[in-house]
Amino acid sequence: MRNALLTHVESKHLQASPPQFSIGDLVDVHCKIVEGDKERIQVFSGTVILRKGTGINSTFTVRRIVNNEGVERIFPLHSPKIEKLEVKRKSKVRRAKLNYLRGLTGKATRLKEGAPIVPSDSPTASAVVAAPAAAEPTSSA
Amino acid sequence: MSENGNGNLLAAILGRKVGMTRIYDSAGTVVPVTVVQAGPCVVTQVKTEDGKDGYNAVQLGFEDVKERRSTKPLVGHCRKTGQTSPKRFFREVRLSAKPTVAAGSTVDVSIFDAIKWVDVVGTSKGKGFQGVMKRWNFGGQPGSHGTERKHRSPGSIGGGQGTRGHGRAIKKGKKMAGHLGVEQITTRNLALVGVDKEKHLLLIRGTVPGANGGVVFVRQAKTVLPVAAEVKA
Repeated sequence: MRNALLTHVESKHLQASPPQFSIGDLVDVHCKIVEGDKERIQVFSGTVILRKGTGINSTFTVRRIVNNEGVERIFPLHSPKIEKLEVKRKSKVRRAKLNYLRGLTGKATRLKEGAPIVPSDSPTASAVVAAPAAAEPTSSA
Repeated sequence: MSENGNGNLLAAILGRKVGMTRIYDSAGTVVPVTVVQAGPCVVTQVKTEDGKDGYNAVQLGFEDVKERRSTKPLVGHCRKTGQTSPKRFFREVRLSAKPTVAAGSTVDVSIFDAIKWVDVVGTSKGKGFQGVMKRWNFGGQPGSHGTERKHRSPGSIGGGQGTRGHGRAIKKGKKMAGHLGVEQITTRNLALVGVDKEKHLLLIRGTVPGANGGVVFVRQAKTVLPVAAEVKA
């Protein structure tokens, strides 16, 4: 079990509502960038290929292709630098880590379209496998 | 040695290492921190240069211990300063000027309020009997080119002409394989990124010697860093 004092220290640095998304989602990560004394927002859009860690240690990796070159960025889930995270498209995936996408290019990297995006209460990461399957009957019905 | 404004007492405290985690600083950057639960400590003795001790120091006591688990001399020593129970750990802090704190007063993490850099003294984790590569960072022997079963060995340890002035014996203090760890280690100039007075916590950037739960001594950094980069919590 996590030490109570460590939990206490971490609690002040956890986001009240960390971004909600699942593996395989196409996301826009709006992150704050400080240049000198100016702050601006930079958007990094790509596919969420993995999530790891728990609590304050949780991170997620977003992958995209830039100029035929795969680019991945790892974001701490609770980072205050993440202004917001928009889910552009949900995908139907059957694994928790999409490391296999790294070896693929072009058309092979496409993911099956998942359940339509439900605002505010999109499924959490723990329900990655269950959520698209559970959501499908309701969308088709 | 420098003092802060707190009754001429060099900011120093005894505590226990809780563990490591990470926090975000004001710029949103991840800072790896070690959490130390420190104090409250009690000044169990004050030594002055014009007293019988001949030097300036305060002795800090940390963590209550049952009287029957302590020794009679220690029980008496702690009682002198009005303590109800003896302490488990003691540590003396040398001061450059006469201490103004009275015996029996309490020291808690609030003395670290204005302090940015600390030194941490702890007992390193025991590693057991280790070879020279791990213990002394020796390079070992080549992995191939005919080397057989000697890849991690120290090589020559001297002898004959090599031990001039030592006769035929191996030089004293020759770095060899042996026990590693469980020794006092001081890590200097660590940034203090946070103080939690309510829970008596110190958040120290980076790693601190010893295992979680181990006793550590935290004091204001003795030397001033050449580049005192600002670290904000």
